[in-house]
Amino acid sequence: MNPTEVLKQDLPTAKTKEGKVKKMMLILSKATIDNVYACMILANGARMEGIESEIFFTFFGLEAIQKKKLEHLSIATVGNPAMHIPTMLGGLPGMESFATSMMKKEMEKLDIPPVGEFLEILSASGARLWACKLAMDMFHIKEEDLIDELDGVLTVGDFYERAAGENTHLLFI
Amino acid sequence: MEKQIAGKNITVNEEGYLTNLNEWDKDVATEIAQEEGITLEEAHWPVLEYLQNQHKNEVALTIRKVGKSGVIDIKGFYALFPGGPLKKASRIAGIPKPVSCI
Repeated sequence: MNPTEVLKQDLPTAKTKEGKVKKMMLILSKATIDNVYACMILANGARMEGIESEIFFTFFGLEAIQKKKLEHLSIATVGNPAMHIPTMLGGLPGMESFATSMMKKEMEKLDIPPVGEFLEILSASGARLWACKLAMDMFHIKEEDLIDELDGVLTVGDFYERAAGENTHLLFI
Repeated sequence: MEKQIAGKNITVNEEGYLTNLNEWDKDVATEIAQEEGITLEEAHWPVLEYLQNQHKNEVALTIRKVGKSGVIDIKGFYALFPGGPLKKASRIAGIPKPVSCI
């Protein structure tokens, strides 16, 4: 059974427009590449379904929109049980970059773009990208350090205001 | 199942995607587009043709590939087929629903 058939079986409301998700408000607070991609794929997937999407980059999530850092994000090899290697091995020099390059190779095969290009795609697709003001102050990040596609710098209150409307979902990553 | 589109009997699946690209023509495309709320104009046709060619070559479609096709950029693609461009454009082009997440 393909995923679409499963969806149709489980979702009696799928055919009616009433319960449909209209807007996804994603909050990215982490900089490990798996979290960053999860967030971007969800935001992009929403746009592909005609759902509005916005991302609020806060705390370490800001790494993903800093021009100098965004192509150097890595996967966590220490304290990550999904790596299936002893923690001590994960801490060896070069392990992080090795695991990251392996993962990037697999992603390229699936036509998943690098972080910078993905952000450009999101922006062109109509997704809105916001940076968190408080986190920027905390890490001494200036707006010129951030990507050109950024739509602006917001407070939490501004972000909640943007979430207004029925069938909006907020998701913290 | 069969469906009357542009005066012809066309085989479609439950979601209204054509199951046989040979039954597709411009009139069929125009009528499906209307169902999707889109009026086809000159700019739409090269995009539909590109999607059909990709399908014939068995290339899995993604938004990224469309953006790099040289036929249209991503912003333009969303503008031509608002509200789910890859799915809507595929349906209008008479090819199967894309299964891609990106």
